[in-house]
Amino acid sequence: MRRLLAMLAARRGRGRLHWTDWASYLHLLLGLLVMFGPVLWLVLSSFKSEAGLIEFPPRLLPYEQARVSVQGYPQPLPVFRITAGDFKGRELAEVRRIGLQAQMLDPASPGEILRVPAQDRERVMRLHFALENYTDLAGRFSFGTYLWNSVFITVTATLITLLINSMAAFALSKYRFSGRDAIFVTILATLMIPPTIILVPNFFIASTLGLVNSPWGVIWPGVATPTGVFLLRQYMLTIPDELIDAARMDNASEWRIYWRIVLPLSAPALAVLAIFSVMWRWNEFLWPMIVLNKSETFTLQLALNSFQGELTTSWNYLLAMTVLTLLPVTAIFVLLQRYITQGIASAGVK
Amino acid sequence: MATLQLRSVVKRFHETTVIHGVDLEAREGEFVVFVGPSGCGKSTLLRMICGLEEVSAGDILIDGVRVNDVPAARRGLAMVFQSYALYPHMTVYQNLSFGLENLRLPRAEIDAKVREAARMLRLEQLLDRRPTALSGGQRQRVAIGRAIVREPRIFLFDEPLSNLDAELRVQMRAEIAQLHDRLGTNMIYVTHDQVEAMTMADKIVVLRAGRVEQVGAPLELYNAPANQFVAGFIGSPRMNFLEGRVTAADGAVAVALEGIGTIRTEASGEGLTEDAPVTLGIRPEHVALGHCGSNDATFAVAQSEQLGNATTLFFAAPNFAVQVAGQVPARRGEAMKLNLPPERCHVFDAAGKALPRRSRGSAS
Repeated sequence: MRRLLAMLAARRGRGRLHWTDWASYLHLLLGLLVMFGPVLWLVLSSFKSEAGLIEFPPRLLPYEQARVSVQGYPQPLPVFRITAGDFKGRELAEVRRIGLQAQMLDPASPGEILRVPAQDRERVMRLHFALENYTDLAGRFSFGTYLWNSVFITVTATLITLLINSMAAFALSKYRFSGRDAIFVTILATLMIPPTIILVPNFFIASTLGLVNSPWGVIWPGVATPTGVFLLRQYMLTIPDELIDAARMDNASEWRIYWRIVLPLSAPALAVLAIFSVMWRWNEFLWPMIVLNKSETFTLQLALNSFQGELTTSWNYLLAMTVLTLLPVTAIFVLLQRYITQGIASAGVK
Repeated sequence: MATLQLRSVVKRFHETTVIHGVDLEAREGEFVVFVGPSGCGKSTLLRMICGLEEVSAGDILIDGVRVNDVPAARRGLAMVFQSYALYPHMTVYQNLSFGLENLRLPRAEIDAKVREAARMLRLEQLLDRRPTALSGGQRQRVAIGRAIVREPRIFLFDEPLSNLDAELRVQMRAEIAQLHDRLGTNMIYVTHDQVEAMTMADKIVVLRAGRVEQVGAPLELYNAPANQFVAGFIGSPRMNFLEGRVTAADGAVAVALEGIGTIRTEASGEGLTEDAPVTLGIRPEHVALGHCGSNDATFAVAQSEQLGNATTLFFAAPNFAVQVAGQVPARRGEAMKLNLPPERCHVFDAAGKALPRRSRGSAS
């Protein structure tokens, strides 16, 4: 921990900042702004009320017009500060507006109605986090169903991906058989085929197998990934053959060699692939949109999209849901980023 | 205890033949060492015996039963690998028990065997550690332990000491020799280090380029090498070789060496013609200082190494080394009088084959 701090606080200048320190901090700050700005904007916006979102000019923080409850009026009334005229400086609540005139009252003495010209006042804003954007989600949009669909597809697909890819990688890295290199090259070559090209054939297969509108229709077509096979194979090549010979001398069956020796030793590469797979699956959009047509089978990404498709777009809920959708991937990144950098460095793939 | 027989065993990788028909027999309880320069096929031969490498032709028999098609695990052998090949993600205990678990032995029996092996190899304190937390020597012992728990008929060692430092190597060498005495099981040991071969073996098999050059007890190989390769390979420092021509072929061979003179030997010249090219070999430790009237030579010292208990002198022309006991002062360029005792001289014909000795029993 102390070493980490020392690393973070390392400077070129002794005692005070060298100009290169300023330059690097500026550079990093710029990077942070560019990368993190949109995310910050999204998160803050997700706390704005519907009215706050359409406000112009937009504000960074979720401000909204202050409202006050007054006896005799069922709805809370918006509060204005008067800028000119008789009541200058006072904060009054608006009862209704008629043309250029507004009927207002002082919340302290609600009986008396005051008439104020509409241009002589400005709204009183206050900071307000619209948590209802989040709390309402659960009840209003069967958010739970979408979340479960997404989690189920992501977890299951990742587990199957890890299993199938590691088995292929094991065979390709540790067995000598004719045609091995040809198979490996063929697997890699599929990286060159754009997914959109095989979209239609894939859909035919899925529909023939009766997988449309089933989460398995999303899971199966993507479990065998050339990237995963490549990444794991490259890692498994570094496992010494002598270990496998030793296990063979130890009476281990080929399955046990794979399960007890090769898999545990490939853990770092498996972690990288797991992270990739979770990100791919969680953010997957095009294929699920084609396979899943019924709203109860939607993943979160599809649900987000369908929000926009309706006549009115509830931006506040859409943004809140977007933030929730981002969270799991972010959490995984934060927790496992050490493996990611390690894995990318070792496997040399993106 | 088992016997091992190899009958004209051949190994081919695609077109290249790496083992050319090896015949070999190991009796019960014998410690056999395969020795040879790297690339001579000794490791391949070992891997064929243990079943990790297929046999292209010929037969391997263990206890008289042909095992060519028996998988490695069923041959009842255990191997210690050069890199130890310990499972890095398992503790020492798990490393030792893995093979037994695969045999589906009851837990209690596995535990008893593991603890017994650990006790024998002084590993009790280390059972919960992972291999990365062990020193080289400890890892080596775990690797041997993994072989012991399986109670094999034959132990196979593939250059097990080559990753250890010199001091530890000597120590582990002694431990393996002790283990062999205690267990009485056959051991087959592959090394490129002739010192290991000499110190441990009951029987040394010298291999070169996939062929057996000579099989014999260590001293047999030292005293009566069958050819120039074995003569050069066994013994340290290396035997000196001087090229010359036969001057007398009837009876004992005498060899004329250019610039040195004629050296008498005790080799039999049967079948040799006069003036045939031969190579004279003599071990550095067998050359004596001083002249005796015959078989004498005088060389100029190029370099000397003082080891304290012995002195090694190197001569540049001809390329020649002499090792004498004790501390002999020598300056560069100083002329040294040397004597090459006839009974210590080996003679090899043009094909490198050693000529037989005329008089028996004078060796060593």
